[in-house]
Formats: sequence, structure tokens, C-alpha cells
Amino acid sequence: MLKTFRLGGIHPKERKISAGKTILPIAIPKQVVIPMGQHIGAPCQPIVKKGEQVKVGTQIGKSVGFVSANIHSSVSGTVLKIDKALDSSGYKRDAIFINCEGDEWEESIDRSDTIKKECNLTGPEILTKIEKAGIVGMGGATFPTHVKLTPPPGTTPEVLIINGVECEPYLTSDHALMLEKSEEILVGTSIVMKALNVSKAVIGIENNKKDAISVFNRLSKEYPNIEIQPLKVQYPQGGEKQLIDAILKRQVPSGALPISVGAVVQNVGTIFAIYEAVQKNKPLVERVVTITGDHVAKPSNILSRIGTPLINLIEVAGGLPEETSKIVSGGPMMGKALASIDIPVTKGTSGVLIIPTLAAKRKAMRDCIRCTKCISVCPMGLNPTLLMNLTEYEAWDKAEINHITDCIECGSCSFTCPSHRPLLDYIKLGKGKVNTIIRARKN
Amino acid sequence: MENKLIVSPSPHIHSGDSIERNMYNVLIALIPAFLVALYVFRLDALIITLSAVVFCVLFEYIIVKYLIKKTPSIFDGSAIITGVLLAFNVPSNLPLWILALGCLFAIGVVKLSFGGLGNNIFNPAIAGRIFLLISFPAQMTTWPAPAIAEATDAVSSATVLGVIKYAPEALPTLQQMLFGIETGSIGEMSAIAILLGLIYMIWKKVITWHIPISILITVALFTGVLYIINPIELYNPIIHLASGGLMLGACFMATDYVTSPMTKKGMIIYGVGIGFITMAIRLWGAYPEGVSFAILLMNAFTPLINTYTSPKRFGEVKKNG
Amino acid sequence: MSVLLSAVATLGAIGAGSAAILYMVGQKFKVEEDPRIQEVQDALPAANCGGCGFPGCASFAAACVNAETLSELNCPVGGQKTMDAVAEILGQKAPVAVKKIAVVRCNGTCDNRPRLNFYDGVSNCTIASSLYGGDTGCSFGCYGLGDCVESCTFDAIHINPETLLPEVVEDKCTACGACVKACPKDIIELRKQGPKSRRIYVSCVNKDKGGVAKKACEVACIGCTKCQQVCPFEAITIENNLAFIIDDKCRLCRKCVPVCPTNSILELNFPPKKDRPQAKKEEQVSEPV
Repeated sequence: MLKTFRLGGIHPKERKISAGKTILPIAIPKQVVIPMGQHIGAPCQPIVKKGEQVKVGTQIGKSVGFVSANIHSSVSGTVLKIDKALDSSGYKRDAIFINCEGDEWEESIDRSDTIKKECNLTGPEILTKIEKAGIVGMGGATFPTHVKLTPPPGTTPEVLIINGVECEPYLTSDHALMLEKSEEILVGTSIVMKALNVSKAVIGIENNKKDAISVFNRLSKEYPNIEIQPLKVQYPQGGEKQLIDAILKRQVPSGALPISVGAVVQNVGTIFAIYEAVQKNKPLVERVVTITGDHVAKPSNILSRIGTPLINLIEVAGGLPEETSKIVSGGPMMGKALASIDIPVTKGTSGVLIIPTLAAKRKAMRDCIRCTKCISVCPMGLNPTLLMNLTEYEAWDKAEINHITDCIECGSCSFTCPSHRPLLDYIKLGKGKVNTIIRARKN
Repeated sequence: MENKLIVSPSPHIHSGDSIERNMYNVLIALIPAFLVALYVFRLDALIITLSAVVFCVLFEYIIVKYLIKKTPSIFDGSAIITGVLLAFNVPSNLPLWILALGCLFAIGVVKLSFGGLGNNIFNPAIAGRIFLLISFPAQMTTWPAPAIAEATDAVSSATVLGVIKYAPEALPTLQQMLFGIETGSIGEMSAIAILLGLIYMIWKKVITWHIPISILITVALFTGVLYIINPIELYNPIIHLASGGLMLGACFMATDYVTSPMTKKGMIIYGVGIGFITMAIRLWGAYPEGVSFAILLMNAFTPLINTYTSPKRFGEVKKNG
Repeated sequence: MSVLLSAVATLGAIGAGSAAILYMVGQKFKVEEDPRIQEVQDALPAANCGGCGFPGCASFAAACVNAETLSELNCPVGGQKTMDAVAEILGQKAPVAVKKIAVVRCNGTCDNRPRLNFYDGVSNCTIASSLYGGDTGCSFGCYGLGDCVESCTFDAIHINPETLLPEVVEDKCTACGACVKACPKDIIELRKQGPKSRRIYVSCVNKDKGGVAKKACEVACIGCTKCQQVCPFEAITIENNLAFIIDDKCRLCRKCVPVCPTNSILELNFPPKKDRPQAKKEEQVSEPV
């Protein structure tokens, strides 16, 4: 019996049509647009001016406050302007426009391919390097990594869990990274173990990536403290709390952080970025993006510089199909629908899913028939139909009592509902309102 | 690309499940019971079932379109199921005009006047049956002998429950009850046919095991304990499980989505309640059959059960390292 | 007969006993309250809309009774008549209320502001606002999904199906502020209703640079400052590429309206001006439905 989380869950069609495809390079674009807000927390302050020359790896944005991350130029060239640009948030925010010239990198960056296994830095030194490199959670959450790896006072990490699950249908960028950069990921894991001062790490991989599991099983023999754990194919296996439940059989209590049960979770992409930052002095300037969709000519995994317009990647994948009606940044369950393709790749862009017209429109919503399927599938054990009702009637105190803030927004409820009720839309609304009320109460 | 892009909140895919898919799976699960009914009651079963379906669908269409003035969705399957279940709860020689009244009550009063699918408190088929039972007690309690029973010339006879309550000597054999050669309403005939339907519905994820199994286990335990103390036919657990509308009620009527509780804990409380009330009426009440009243009474408790039970939450389980 | 008598006697006794218990309990647990609070509450319109800033008419009545002066208190639904009545009950001077009305500061109709994509989510402005800026090129403008309509308890605001913008019904609006709170983009503002219901305001909240704003919407404010230069009363401020007319300073002279190059400033309920030879553009006199 494969390990899995204990409550709820669904099994959408996996559609991993770009699985196993080698990571493709893409030509450097003529212009990159690098938004200042690519992470959770305060957006960066630009530290370059119009006309300045930058190289790959030059810092162009300074983090503001503790929960924030630095931003570096992903190309070499001249800063054209600092202006508002549409990004995947749906709004226009400050961004740095750079005209690309050549491909010059900062001298400190080691561009060789050799795998460097030794790391002689201390824990705090590792954290400093991670912070300087502007690393954020690459699974899509974009939480600044150095903050996550700094446990709050009074807590002690016991286990490092590496999230190689990639439970969203269609997405395969983590899978491709695990196949091609396996050793680097193991080195990165050891580095983070040192930074956290833990003696055990577990890499969780869903069972539909058997090739990755066998590669890791073979290579991890040299790393006795790193265990490889295949997991049942179920959504949302890759959710932080669900992953900890599956691997450690511990459930993070409501309102608490994973560190409270001794676990720290990091995505494989983040671990690879940490390896490059610590061992090669390379800040976060590029990432693997999956371009996929039922009618896409060449579904691919593309290594792209941050700031590249999405349309360039779509061209590599064979161009935008005729019957496109929806473009989603991320996976089909939690990804964000884009209003336009004029959007750049950012640190959190794990994939772009192109949905054809027939599949794109929602069906009309009907009355709740109390079939309780949403309750059965909710991985957090909530009552989605009740929460939707409470939000519609603005009963915020009852919504809080029914733990609306525990929702991880995985979308399993809306996916399952036979009446096509937009459960998650309302729950997200209610969550926002209740969180505002809670914050106001604390002040 | 000429189309405008569509923007909507996540998720962007759907399981493909729909109200119709669930309702039609319930109808498929009712097929074995229907086939047994055809075998036992021949043409009568067909006429009653078809008429009930036609009446229910027709009344729903007329009332929704002309009284409530909305677009009717009669093919979502729920009116058809109400018709079939109401038909399965009545004697096979019930005059059609009485059946029509029952359908009108079930659809018009119990379902639509409360707000239609999703909003009714009481199970329409059960309430319809009870309405008919109270309004037309004579016609609703004269049960024709099964067409294939050659034993007597009698045109009507008592059901098994009536027999064990009032005349315990004249029982049919166990095989007859399980496979369906007994007296009773159309749907009560074969416990095995209904169990087949239950397995189909659980496999297709239409319902979960909680309600039917808790009802059946409660009845079995209740009568089992009594039978051990005093082994008379009236307390025989197997007779109680296999006869009357218990199987039909437990598997198809109590599991109605709208009128049953929403949490697993609540479903078990509901099932146990139905089991108890059914047995209390069967053993000590005035009627030989108690499932209908039990389900109706527990329907009234469903909102209370929903308020006081909540699903098992993530993080409620103690750490076990 | 004796059965009837005993039945009547028993029920009568139970009734009398219950009445006595209820009376005693009612007296024992009675809440002592200033009787004026009830008097004031009876004079209020009983809408419980919260427009006064208090949660319901009972709270407002209590506040009035306990306040030293009524100058800060106002019931926007009842208006001057109600405040006069309250002042009389309490023996105080009635405050002079300024009649306000809700104003929707967006004129991005379907003609002015082309739709670029199709929103397929729930018809709720707050839900849409967490997703993106809107289905047009202006991320500040009205979604047209009707959160303001839902919040209004006076039936005073409706979405016009042709323009997809909310329109305020003058006679019904009580300036309670519910729609202002409901709008996630702060498009609705409470402004003075003005003499004869006349008012002038900038019907735009777009803070993008001029070129970007104009590309998204024909009647956007581009922050060109022409209105500010021509205003004799310094009533117009420009911040973040957006002009704003200050209520208290505006004297309704109408000089700013014709100089706006995008017709972003609207004047309501004025008589039409005679055509002047130098007028560049026709004034817009729009009337709410």
C-alpha cells in the first residue's frame, strides 16, 4: 500500500502529455519585463535606473522587509524603463524593462556543468547565500525560502521533506528537473539539511513518475540520510500539509505552520535553485516551464529566463492553437486564468496550460442537492457547501467557527460538485473577509 | 485566434459528474428489483410503475412551468425516481387515480412547494406513500397474492409482517422472502435484488455505505437481542431484514441525498434512528410496517443532525509520529 | 357535562397559572431603560440600514438620548424631518443635514470601453477583483457585476443592461454608504446632492498614465490638468494622473466641463447651455435612470 494523506482527495485525469520530454532551451528574447512583485511579501524596490547596463545576475531589485526576496537580472543589456506592466496577478504592477544585448554573466557565477558535491559553509552562511540569491518557493507559492528555512524561536525542525510530487494534471517541469538534475537535487537537499541542522530528509514522488523514483533510488545510495518515498497518485498529494500527513503521519493543526510538527517542506525546483545559488553563486534567473494543453502541437518543458514573454515559449511549443479559449498560468486545479498573453515568466510560473474552447466554459450552476461529495473529497475535512452558503449570507462569525480559514484552495470541491456550484469562488471570498476580520480583531 | 480569452477563477477542469449521472445510476440500480416485480406481478407492475413515472414527470412539468413559472428540468432524473419509488411502495392493484393523487402530493406538495430539488425536507416518495396510506387505508393495505402463487384462490392476502404480527403460523419460507415470492408492495419483493442495486450504487460512488448499513445493523442487533431472549417469529432478525420495505427503504429511500444528513457521523446517527423507530413500530406499534414512518420522522431530524455534527477535520487526529 | 366542566376548569387553571408566571418573570427580568429611547426610536424610519453609523435604529436612538448635542448625529434615510422630530422629543436643537447622494465615478460603458476578454466566474465584484482588474483595458474601472446593487436596501441602484454600469436612482438614494463599502474598487463616492440635485464630478478613477488610460477607455481622465487650470475656486486636485473635484469648494460654475479633452467630467441636472462659437465639444448632460 503506497503512503498517502488520510482525508479526502480526488483523482483527475493525469494528462502528463509532456512527461519525459527533455528540457528545451529557448533563445533569449529581445526584451524582458521583470516584475518587482514575484513573491509573497512586499514587492522589491528597484535599484537600477533607466539606461544602466546590467549583466545576468546583477541585482536589480532589493527586498523590502523580512518577508521579501531580491530580484536579479536574467539577461545582459540596458535598462529601458521602470514602468507598470501586467503580470499574472491580473493587475499592472511595477516592473523593470530590459533590452537584451548578448549574454554576459556576472563574473562570480560559475557556469560550468560539473556537479559540485562538497559544501563547506556553515548553516547561517548557507542561509545568507540563499537570501542574497533571491530564492523563493518554485512550486508556485513563491514564499521567500530564507524565511521558511529560519524556524521561529521555540521550534525545532526534525525532517526535511522534498516535494517532488507535482500532483497537478498536465504539469511536468518538476519531473523533467528530477530526471535531468537528480544528483544536483540530492546535493541541494544535503545543503538544506545542513542549514536546518536536521539529520533526515525524505523526497516524496508520486507513483506516476516511476523513472524519477528509480533514478533517485539508485543515486541516493550515496546519501544515507535521504530517503525516497513513492506516494499514491492522488490530488492534492503535493499540498504541504497533505504531504506531511502522508510521509510522517502527522497532521499540522489548524492555524499552525508545518514547523510545529517538526517538518520543513521544499519543492524540488527550489532545491535545485538552492544548489545553484550555494555551489555556483548563481541567483534565481531562470526556471523550467511546462507548456502544455490538449491541442498544443509540441507540449514541452522549456528552460526560460525570468521575464521572457510567454508568447515566446508558446511559439517553441508549436504556437497558440486555433481553438484556444483559456490560458492558465499553473495547473488546471489551482492555476490562474490569464486575461492576455502579454505576460512575462516569473519565479512562480511552473507551467502554462492552454485550454481549447469546448472545455473552457463553465456549465451553469444549479441548486445544491446535498450529495455530500464535496465533503468527502475535501482534504482539510471542511464542509464546502456550508461555507459557500455562509459566505453568500455574509455570516462571517459562523464561517470562522466552521474553519473557513483552513481551506488550502485546492479546488477539489468545485471539481467534484455534480451541480457545478462555484464552491471555491465563494470560499476564497469568505476566507479573505474572515482573515480581514481576524486581523482587525488582533490590532 | 479570434475568440476572446475566457477568465474565471480556478479550478479549470471538472470531474464530469452531474445530477443526471447520479440519478440515472440510481434508476439502473433499481432495475433488478423491477425485474423481480415484473416476474411476480406481471403486467400490473409495469402499469403501476410507468403510470407513476408519467404522473410525476407530468405534474412536475405543469407545476414548474405554469405555477412557479420557471424552466422545468424534468429530465434531471429526480421526478422519475420519485415515480418509480412511489410505485414500488404501493400494492400492484392500486387504482390509478389514487396513484395519481399520491404523485401529485409527492411532487407538488412535498417537493416543489418546499423549493424543488435540493430544498425539500421530507422524502417525496415516502411522504406520498404515507399520504396514500392514511387517506386510502383500505386500498393501500389489501395486497394481491403474487401472480405465480398457486396456493390459494384468495385475491388478497396479508404481508409477511402482517403475518408475523397477527398470524405467525402462516409464514412463507425464507427463500421465498429473499428471492421475492411473497405478498407485499411491488418493490419489497426481493432483498437480494435490492442488495445488488446497493452494491452497484456504492461502486459507482452514488452513495456511501453509511446509511444503509447502519440501518440494517441496527435492525439486526435490535431484533437479535430480543430473539436471543425470546425466540418467537415476531423477533426473528432474518425475517425482519428480508421482508417488508426495509431493504428498499434502507438502500433507496433513506439514502436520498436531499433529506439525509451530510456528515458521516450524522449519517450513522440517522441510520441508527431509523432502525430503532422501524423496529419500535413493527413490534409495538399499530402498523405491521414501520420503515416509512421511521424515515419520515428521521427526515425531520436531519437539519438538527446537520447542525450538530461536523466532518472529521484535518488536524483533529492526534500526532502519532 | 362534568367532564366538560373539569376540562374547562383544568385548562383555565393552567392558563391563569402560566399568565401569572410570565408576568412575574417579565417584571423580575425587566430591563430598565430610559423611556425616551423608545420614543425616539418610534420616530425613526426603522430601516435598520446602518446609514447613521450605528448598528440599527435602536442603537441610534440610544445614542441620540445619551448625546449632549445632536450636531454629529444624522439619519440619512429620514432626513431633516426625522431629525427635527427627534430634536423635539429630546428638547435639543436639530442638526442641519447636508443631503448627500451616491455617485458612481465611472463612465466606461460598453461603447467607451471595449471588452477584451470574457469573465466566466460568479457574478460578484469582490470575487472578480481577486482574479484580475476586469474584462477591459482599464484595471480601475467598474466590473458591472453588481455588488453595489446587492448591498442596497433601498432599491436605489441598478445596473443598466446596455452600458453595464450602475446608475443611482435619485429619489430613493439615502446616502447610507452601503454601496460605497461594497465596491472593491472604491468607485462609488458619497457627494453632496447639490441645489436642485445639480452636481459636477470627474467620472473616472483611472490612475494609469494618460496614454494607457485613453487607450483603454474613450472617456478616461488622462490627468492633463486643463480642468485644474481653468477652475477659479481651486476645487480640483490632480494626483496619480487623476483629477478630483472637491465637493466643498466646487461652486458649480461649469467651467471645467467643456475643457476636458476626453469628456471625463460629468455635470448632472443642469439646463443645456446655449451653443457658444468657441465650444470645442458638446457638453454631456446625462441623467440617471
